[in-house]
Order: sequence, then structure tokens, then C-alpha cells
Amino acid sequence: MSAVELQGLNVTFTGGTKPVRAVRGVDLGVDRGETVALLGESGSGKSVTLRALLRLNPERKSRIEGSIRVAGQDVMALRGRALEDFRGKVASMIFQEPSLALDPVYTLGAQIAETVVKHEGGSRAAGWARALELFRRVRIPEPERRLNAYPHEMSGGMRQRAMIALALACRPQVLLADEPTTALDATVQIQVLLLLRELQREFGLATIFVTHDIGVAVEVADRIAVMYAGRIVETGPVREIIRNPRHPYTIGLLRARMGHEQRRGARLEAIPGAPPDLSALPPGCAFAPRCRFAEPVCSVQDPAEEAVAPQHLVRCLRSAATLAPAG
Amino acid sequence: MSVLTSARPQVVAIEASEGYWRSVLRRFLKDKVAVAAAIVVLAIVLAALFAHWIAPMDPYAGRTFRRLRPIGTEGFPLGTDELGRDMLSRLIVGARMSLLMGVTPVLIAFGIGSVLGIAAGFIGGWFNTAVMRTVDVFYAFPSVLLAVALSGALGAGLGNAMLSLTIVFIPPIVRVAEAVTTQVRARDYVEAARASGASALTIVRVHVLGNVLGPIFVYATSLISVSMILASGLSFLGLGVRPPEPEWGLMLNTLRTAIYVQPWVAALPGLCIFVTSIAFNMFSDGLRSAMDVKA
Repeated sequence: MSAVELQGLNVTFTGGTKPVRAVRGVDLGVDRGETVALLGESGSGKSVTLRALLRLNPERKSRIEGSIRVAGQDVMALRGRALEDFRGKVASMIFQEPSLALDPVYTLGAQIAETVVKHEGGSRAAGWARALELFRRVRIPEPERRLNAYPHEMSGGMRQRAMIALALACRPQVLLADEPTTALDATVQIQVLLLLRELQREFGLATIFVTHDIGVAVEVADRIAVMYAGRIVETGPVREIIRNPRHPYTIGLLRARMGHEQRRGARLEAIPGAPPDLSALPPGCAFAPRCRFAEPVCSVQDPAEEAVAPQHLVRCLRSAATLAPAG
Repeated sequence: MSVLTSARPQVVAIEASEGYWRSVLRRFLKDKVAVAAAIVVLAIVLAALFAHWIAPMDPYAGRTFRRLRPIGTEGFPLGTDELGRDMLSRLIVGARMSLLMGVTPVLIAFGIGSVLGIAAGFIGGWFNTAVMRTVDVFYAFPSVLLAVALSGALGAGLGNAMLSLTIVFIPPIVRVAEAVTTQVRARDYVEAARASGASALTIVRVHVLGNVLGPIFVYATSLISVSMILASGLSFLGLGVRPPEPEWGLMLNTLRTAIYVQPWVAALPGLCIFVTSIAFNMFSDGLRSAMDVKA
């Protein structure tokens, strides 16, 4: 059984003048001990998908459809207390900017202890003991002292480690990470990624890792799901995606990466155009206006999912054409 | 209970650390101006508390033959008022009423205003609109006019004066509370708290209150000086404290006729009001910077 099972997830924001279809029919399964990277640019719906898993999107201003099952629980059916118990205990989240996601007026130990007491009961002292344990696990130096530190007293890397400790406080089965390394220095980034990978293996966590950095995705993930305009356009094992990308958008993303093979002075390849307006989507494939393989049929017919290799699914009418020039 | 709890169940020496209030105190003590202001405030509060022991003479006993003596008269270091009462004693005892009328309305308004403002900011929607538009109605009047009008309508007297001052101070506190709460509510750490399973009540109690109470409190302390001045004004107009009770505003009023005879004596109550309100202002300013952990 998958730890996370999304089927036909639709998220529509209804707060503005026009409804915005941020997520359009996402199917995604993540097994225990598996890490899936959701890859895509800003506004592709990756963060919204992640938040939908915890039902964090504002209830009044959004509409969620489809089925969300996490660790056997139907998330859409959870109400009140059950939802609170689910969040943090079954699935928890790491945020992009630890300096904003940690409460500035409480010490880190107090924040972790609060969560532990909430979910497992027991004394505050037990909560602090757990916090210390976690600080050791995420390798924060001088953990006793750091527990009493306020978030602003720590460096960005230490703060993100503390955030990870907070997320793991109640030993969740599912870890949702929303660009956890984007706000960090490159050197700290790799340390945090390695730590996450290690903890994920040790605890057997099912992890969904949202990122726009394909390098980060390769580093942490077993599987990559590329999102574009609220839809997963290509998904497959990391190696397969890197070596044999079939969706023109994935190909573009890989080309737009600064590689080691980049020659000095050579032009960095970019994907022309901008992502579509999610409140006024054109018929057909959402990527068609920017696609160099596009044919007239692309702007009429919505591509269905198609398996091009085992576990490798692509949503593209022209996937046959992308095969040859991909390399 | 596997990996995490097995290793070290004993409790760590957590108490060794510096608490929040201790660090606030440390930062506050570094600020010379704020410390000076705090000493002045403390002196005034102590003087008010122990007024009847400190006051050298009976503040109510007057003699017609020693009216309006200048500052430095023997036995009357600050002179006497228009009824021959000792100014020093009256100023010391008068601190009680002035402080009472300066602090009480602000405290009550702080309680009511924060609850309304935080609720409005957190609940949002129609509730926010209802509260904030009601507050806006009060905002249409200048605070002095509102205080005078309310006091006048309720009738003269200490209780009514304080009630009207409370009503005057609720709207600004609601506004500040609502503004800070709305800001805090949109912060990532509130979402992070929701993501880790905190209930709405916990979020308000822990994360919203913790981040919001400091700024509101500091703003409220800055209102104390305003309240004292307004209270003095009400007494001056005869709407607050009644004679012969000593109160700075009232004393300023009764000594107004003596301004050509003994200008320095007549100015003393005004000086007290001025010094006290400045001290409260600087004190709250120092408190604001000391309580800001992020600085």
C-alpha cells in the first residue's frame, strides 16, 4: 500500500474574480521509504499539491476535489480534532524559509516540546528530552544550548536543521518538504540534503520533495514528477528522467540547467515564453504555446498519460518526436 | 517508541538558560535614557503609594494668612497654593489621583481592546468588518472632545471620568491589536503551527498572543501619558476629581488665577504632568526596543 495516494486532485482558488485552477488532475503515489521530487517552476502547482496533502490551503477560498489518502487515512474526510491529530503526527512539513516558519518569540526547544506534548501527551520535560534527542539526530552542535536559542540567534543552516527536527518531532510517516534548501547557501544546501536523505532512509519516511532545482531533485529523489500548469507532465525514476526525458518541458528544464559541460561564453538555453494564466487556460496541452515540437493538434487535444517505458509516464502527443533529438 | 526515545530519557538542565524576561531586562538596562525614565516612573509610583507618609504636611489644611507663598519659603519648600495649603504635600498626594486616572483607563482599555482587536484580526471576515467599522465611528471624534463629551453626558465624578477615558482608549488599542494580528496571522510560522497539528485555540493562545501582546502592551503604555493629560484636562474642566481633593489637573485649574502672583508655584502641577508623561513615554519606548527579540 502506498503511503501517499493522490487521485484526480483538483485545487481551484475561488478567492479572486476568476477561479484559478492551480492543480488539475494530479495522480501521485509515494511508497514508504521512497522520495519523490515534485519539480516545476513557480506557479506550476507543486506547493499547492503539497499543501493539499495537509489540507493547508485556505478552506474558504479554495475548492479541493479528488481523493487524498495518506497512510491509509482519507484526508478529505478528516474534520476538526482528527485533522489536527493527522497534521504533524502522520504527515508533517518542512518549509522553505526557516527564519519565517519558526516562531520568533519562543525558543526552539519550546516549539518542539509544544508539538510533542500536543500529539503524545506527557510532560513538557519529556517534550524537551525528545527535542534534545532530535537536535542530536539532526547534528546541531551543542544541542543543550541550542534548544534554548531563539530562531534569530542561529544561522540559516542551523535553523533549517531545527525545522527538520520540529517536523520529525512526532515521528511522522510522511514528510513533505517545500523547497527546504532554496533559502540556503550552496554549501549548506548539500549538507541539509544529505541529512534529509539520511533521516528519510533511517525512519523509512515517504517523502515528497518540492523543488524547482533539478540538481536538488537528482540528489534526493528516487522518482521525479515534473509539473507544469497544475498537472504532472512527466514522471519516472530519476535516472530515466535524466537520461531519457520525453516531455518537451522536461527536456527544456534539463537544457536550461547550468551544467559542468557548459562552455564559457556559450548561451544558456532557456524555454521561451511564460507559463499560462491558470484562470484562463487554453484548450489542449498547456505547454503547446512554448513547445518547439508543437503541432496544430496540440492546441486542440488534451494529451493523455502514456507509458513510454516501465514506470515512465508522459503527457505529450508528440512524445515520439521528442525521442530522437533529446540527447 | 523506537529510535528517538530509547537513548536518553533523562531531563536536561534546561533552567540554566536565560529566560525571555531576563534577556529583556538585560537589554533594557543597557538603555540609559529608558533606565532614567524608569527610575522617575518608579519614584512617582512610590511617592503616590506612600503619599500620606511622605507628605510633610496635611495636604488639606490651609491657612489664609500664608496664601501663595513663593518656592523656597521656610517650611514650605514648594510654596503654598491659593488657600495656603502646602504645595509639596498636595503634589505628592495628588500623584495618586493623577496616576490612578492615567493608568486605570489604559489598563481596562488594554484588556477589552486587545480581545476585540485580536478576535477581529484572527477571525476576519464579517466579524472584522463589524468591529473595525464600529471603532471607526469613535475615531471620527478627536479624543479630547470625545472624553469631554462622554464625561459631560455621564456627569461629573471620578468613576465617570475614568469610564469615559476607557471608552476613548479602546478604539486605538483595537486598531493596533487588529493590525498586528492580521500581520501575524499571515506569517509562515502560523501555517507551520497548523501543519504540525496545532488547534485554532493553540495558535491564538501561543503563536498569536506571543507575538502580538508585546507590541500592543508597549503601545498601551505610551497611552498612559495621554490618559494623564486627558484626565487632568477633565479635572481642569471640573468633570473629574472634585475639590478639595488634590489632583494635578485640578490644581492647575485652581491655581490658574494666581499665575500673575506666583507664576512658578502655579506652573508646578503642570510640570509634574509633563515630567510624568515624558517619563512614561520614554519608559515605553525603551520597553519596546528591549522586548523586540528579533533586534
